[in-house]
Amino acid sequence: MSNAEQLLQQREKRIQDAIALKKPDRVPIVSMWDFFPAKWKGYTVKDVMYNFQLMSDLWVECLQHFEPDLGDNPFPLRGFGPLMDILDFQHLKWAGHGVGENMSYQFVELELMKADEYDHFLFDPSDFMVRRYWPRVNKAFAPFETLPPLNQSISYTWGLYNAVFLLSPEMEAARTALIEAGKASAEVLKWTAAFGKKMAEMGFPPSSGGFAQVPFDTLGDVFRGTKGIMMDLFRRPDKVMAACEKLLPIMIDSAVASARRTGVRRIFIPLHKGLDGFLSPQQFDKFYWPHMKELLNALIREDITPWVLAEGACNTRLEAFKDVPPGKVIYHFESTDIFKAKEVMRGRCCIRGNVPASILTIGTPEDVKQYCKRLIDVCAVDGGYILDAFGPLAEAKPENVQAMYDFAREYGA
Amino acid sequence: MMKDLINAIADMMEDEAMALTKKYLDEGVPPLQVLDAYKEALAIIGKRFEECKYFVPELILAGEMMKSASELIKPRLTPGSSGDETKRIGKFLLGTVEGDIHDIGKDMVHMLMDINGFEVRDLGVDVPAQRFWDEYKDFQPDIIGMSGLLTLAYESMKRVVDGLQEMGVRDKVKVIIGGGQVDEHAGKYVGADAWVTDAVAGVKYALEWVKS
Repeated sequence: MSNAEQLLQQREKRIQDAIALKKPDRVPIVSMWDFFPAKWKGYTVKDVMYNFQLMSDLWVECLQHFEPDLGDNPFPLRGFGPLMDILDFQHLKWAGHGVGENMSYQFVELELMKADEYDHFLFDPSDFMVRRYWPRVNKAFAPFETLPPLNQSISYTWGLYNAVFLLSPEMEAARTALIEAGKASAEVLKWTAAFGKKMAEMGFPPSSGGFAQVPFDTLGDVFRGTKGIMMDLFRRPDKVMAACEKLLPIMIDSAVASARRTGVRRIFIPLHKGLDGFLSPQQFDKFYWPHMKELLNALIREDITPWVLAEGACNTRLEAFKDVPPGKVIYHFESTDIFKAKEVMRGRCCIRGNVPASILTIGTPEDVKQYCKRLIDVCAVDGGYILDAFGPLAEAKPENVQAMYDFAREYGA
Repeated sequence: MMKDLINAIADMMEDEAMALTKKYLDEGVPPLQVLDAYKEALAIIGKRFEECKYFVPELILAGEMMKSASELIKPRLTPGSSGDETKRIGKFLLGTVEGDIHDIGKDMVHMLMDINGFEVRDLGVDVPAQRFWDEYKDFQPDIIGMSGLLTLAYESMKRVVDGLQEMGVRDKVKVIIGGGQVDEHAGKYVGADAWVTDAVAGVKYALEWVKS
């Protein structure tokens, strides 16, 4: 067995042991690198978003230097600069497009599905996506709004006659954009695959093989906007519930397909709108947790490990979250009191995190060590724990990241 | 006065609140009195939030109800009246700091500070330090509130406070920061007088400061 294969197996076992609530040979340490590798080596976010060779080289260098127990493939969520340019994508502002050239991209709140469009979505979500969602989120596809309903293509050659709508002059630019976006996507996927191969050759198991969301989050983030969905809870709660139910199998199917395609049986699930304070306990119990639980269970049934990133603070949700089969879910905490989480989830869920953003960004290596010591002492004592930052490293200082890795190796052995 | 309206708003009965607002205005109740009923209801809502009976969705709906009511009330106000004759207890300068475009938390702070009697000047999102300094001179606030969700916000916030120091006015104004990633560490680094992770907690600080 080559050295890389050995490393790959060792690291995967370390992670698997932690997930299964066992005590690994040493405390596993991983990171969501975000754009850290670029900043670490003096490049801007824009540099790497548009130069895939550079992105690949820097991320390889970063993995080789820090040697985390999982590798983080930057391409799917960082390498889409050219693609977003072609689409004239509206849901993000990114380096050089609305935010500075050295800034991570930021989400833009939009109401891409109007309050009176729930029925359209519920009747035919695919038609809604192509004729309403796409034209609004991708300005380059604006003319698709004028297409006839996609389901009016039944019988003989009827569907093809409808293709006449694709021939208008204003459609020509949209058609070109669609083809160019397809090519740009293929390029991202090519680099994603190549980087995946490279990680394996270096002995790094991949952190995840796809992405899923709790339906309420998707409905809020992608379709209705935060304000929209919060008001819908009062104005049209039945529609919210119906839309969440419609989205649930779509979320499950696409995550399972993604895990199969990539061969990586871990799925990343960031939580956005079920956090402390964002929903009342009653709203959480009704609109959030049941679908979340079913999503987790469905993935577990497919032998996939959900890696749940609980953004913000989720102190009041821990009791609900732990109601999953033991040793099958990773809960990654951002600002939740992870020490309390350990108490609640001991013997039930693997926990991951959570060196705070403030310490990594503006603290000192000594601050980092102190916090990591506490994490290892309290959370790793009986296994079931993975050391990580609060979330994506973002503006973390390199010396602090170094301190986190050095300390974990030294103290977590 | 208008107990039914106040309760409808405070209990999130949006349709009923709207109907009652129209009814009272049509009956000739002075628009400013109707506005006062809204303020009273919003104070109840803020209190319920503090008591963990209400959460973000209620604050957002309350903001929307307030907006719809203002649209009904405004055209009925006598010319020259701003519709706002409340005695203001302090001035509050607010913005999401440079590099950050998140506004949901900031907007909740705006609404709550306003109903608690502050005159609020909201600079919006991605606000450069220079604008905070310029507006400080022009508006002379008692408190500056800076919002930010991202870790880059620490530096932006610190720059604003450092500038106030250089202007020699740091001890004349209170500074509060808020957002999902602020904590004790961030508060110290920025040089803020207080840090909070929810809007109501921020209002509490502000009220204490203007009292003393």
